[in-house]
Amino acid sequence: MDDLKEIIKNYVINEYLEPDSDPIDYDTPLISGGIVDSFSMVSLKRFLENKYNIQIPDDQATPEAFDSVNKIADLVRRFVKA
Amino acid sequence: MTHFGNYEERAKNFSWAISEQELGYQPGQVINIGWYCSDRICQQGKAEKVALIWEGFTGEKKIFTYNDIRLYSNTFARFITDLGIKAGERVCLFMDRVPELYIGFLGILKTGCIVQPLFSAFGEESLFVRLENAATSAIFTQKKHVSKVRKIRDKLPHLKHIIIVDYDGKTPLQEREVAFSMEKSEKVEHYEIYPTYAETPSVLHYTSGTTGMPKGVKHVHYSLISQYLTAKWVLDLHDEDIYWCTADPGWVTGTSYGIIGPFSLGVTQCVLDSGFSAEAWYRFIEKNRVTVWYSAPTAIRSLMKAGDEIIKKFDLSSLRHLASVGEPLNPEAVNWSIRVFGKPFHDTYWQTETGCIVITNFPGMPVKPGSMGRPFPGITATILNPNNHEPYPEPGRIGLIGLKPGWPSMMRTYWNNEEAYKNKFRNGWYLTGDRARMDKDGYIWFVGRDDDVINTGGHLVSPFEVESALLEHPAVAESAVVSKPDPINMEVVKAFVTLKPGFAASKDLELDIMNFIRKKLSPLAMPQEIEFVDSLPKTRSGKIMRRILHAKEWGEEIGDTSTLENE
Repeated sequence: MDDLKEIIKNYVINEYLEPDSDPIDYDTPLISGGIVDSFSMVSLKRFLENKYNIQIPDDQATPEAFDSVNKIADLVRRFVKA
Repeated sequence: MTHFGNYEERAKNFSWAISEQELGYQPGQVINIGWYCSDRICQQGKAEKVALIWEGFTGEKKIFTYNDIRLYSNTFARFITDLGIKAGERVCLFMDRVPELYIGFLGILKTGCIVQPLFSAFGEESLFVRLENAATSAIFTQKKHVSKVRKIRDKLPHLKHIIIVDYDGKTPLQEREVAFSMEKSEKVEHYEIYPTYAETPSVLHYTSGTTGMPKGVKHVHYSLISQYLTAKWVLDLHDEDIYWCTADPGWVTGTSYGIIGPFSLGVTQCVLDSGFSAEAWYRFIEKNRVTVWYSAPTAIRSLMKAGDEIIKKFDLSSLRHLASVGEPLNPEAVNWSIRVFGKPFHDTYWQTETGCIVITNFPGMPVKPGSMGRPFPGITATILNPNNHEPYPEPGRIGLIGLKPGWPSMMRTYWNNEEAYKNKFRNGWYLTGDRARMDKDGYIWFVGRDDDVINTGGHLVSPFEVESALLEHPAVAESAVVSKPDPINMEVVKAFVTLKPGFAASKDLELDIMNFIRKKLSPLAMPQEIEFVDSLPKTRSGKIMRRILHAKEWGEEIGDTSTLENE
C-alpha cells in the first residue's frame, strides 16, 4: 500500500489527462477541478475496486471523497483495512 | 409578481409579436443575436451593469459588464474576420465554461458565421464526426483540449484554423494553430456587425438519435424571439435578478438559457466553471446571492444524496425561483426542494430541436410534482395516437408528444440531412420522440421514450454510436447497448458484449472497454456496466433485438418474441 497514492496519481494522469495538461499532485482537485467528471468517476471507482479487490459502496463514492489523490487514498485504505 | 401572470389570459391574447415589440424588432429588419445580447443592452443605458460573474474551480473570479461583453465580442469578431473566415462558415467552440466560451459565442454570431458549440469532454471520435459533418472552418479551444484536435486535424481538410485562447508559449504552436487572447488583445470599439436576418443560420447543436450518426440541429437568428420571451416568462427573469444556469453551453440549455435568454434580457448571470460538489454549489449560491436557479434533475438528485444537513451551513434565502430541465423531474425531487428551499423546482420540457422551452410549469401557477406542466402560449402541444398520428380527443391516453411547428426557435433542418428532418414529422406534427399523457387540467406527464435513445443525466446518447465504437475495440465481436435504471442519472448506458475468440471476460477487460469508449466518445457514452454474453438475442434475419435486453434491465414484459432466432 506504500505506493497507493502514486498508483492512483499515475492512473489519473494516464487515463484522464490529455498530454499537454498541467501536472497534478496529490492535492489537485480532480472532481471540482473538472479533471474527472461524475460519469468518469465510475471507471476510476471500478479501477480501485479491481486493483485492491474491494467494494466501495455508492453512498461513499461521493464527489468529495474522490476530489484528490489524497482523499481517494484515504477512502481505499478504509476498505482495504476493513 | 411574476412576469407571466395568468395562464388563460396569456394563452388567449398570445402572439410572438409581443416578443418582437419588446425587442424592438420588426419583421424584415436585421436581427443579430450577438448585437441583441450586448450592444442593445448598452444602448438601453445598462453598459456598466454586470453581465457575467465567472468563477473558476480555484476560486478565481472575473466580472464582465455589458460594455465588456460588447467590446470583447467585437474583439472576437474582428479576429475571426481578419482570419478571412466568411459569414455562413461554421466556427466551433470547444472549451470548458470559461468566459471566452460565453463571449466568443456572441462574437461569432456578430460575424454572420454559424456557431457550433461542442461539449469539451467529447473524445476525439465524437469531436471528429461533428466537425466533419459541419465542414467546420475554425475551432476555438484551450491548450488542455488541443491534443484531441491535433489527433484528428489531418482528416479534416476544411478545418483551417485551430485557435488556442490560453496559449502560454511553453510549447510551439503546430500546423494551422494560432493564439488568441481575448483579454490581452486590443479591445475593438466598433465592429460592423454582419447583417443577419430572421432566417440566417445562427447555431448548430448536435444531438443523437436511435440510428445514424449525430445530427446537426440548425437554428436561425429569429430563434431569439422565443428564447427571450420564454426566459422572461418561464424563468421569470427580472432586471434585478442574479441568475445561475448550471448547464454547459456545449448543450442547448447552456446557449438558449445560459447565453441568449439572460443576456438579451440584460440580466446579471453567474457561471461556476467547476465539477459538481454540493458544498461548492451551495457556497456559490450564497456568495453570489443567486435568485433564479436553472438546473437539472441529475444535479438535484445529487444534492438530495448529499443530505439536508449541509444545506443548514449556508444562507440560501436569496433563492426566489427554481427550474429544472433535461429529463423528467421526479416528484420526490420537487417535494424535497419545497422542504429544504421552501419552493419547488419547476420542471421545463424542451429539446435541442425546439430551441426553447415548449411545455413547462409556470411561475405563480401550482406545480404538479412529476408533471412537465402545460404548453407555452403560442405552442400547440398534444398527445397523438401512435397508430394514426391524430390527437387523442380525451385526456388520460398515453401517446406521442406532438408539437405544431411554427414557433420562432423551431429547428430549420438537420445539417446536410433533410431526410432525417422530414422524418420527424407526421400528419403535420413534429414528433419529439417522447411518450406522455395529458390530464384533464392540461398538464402533461412523461411516460418514456418512443425510441432506443438513452437519456443519461439529461444528455441523449445514441446506442448505435456506442455500438459502432465498441466494435472498434479489439476484443469485441458484437454488442448491444441499452439503458439501465440509475437513481441519480435516471438511466445510464449498459452494453452487452460477445467476445472474439482468444479473449476471456474479466473485470479488467470490462474496465478497458469502458475507458476505450470514454476516451473515444465521451464520459456520458461510457457503459457503466458491461455484461459479457455468449450470444445476443436476434431476429431470424440477424437484427439484434435491443428491446428484449432493455425489458430485462427495466423489469418489463419482454413482449412478442415470435421473430426471435432460436425461439
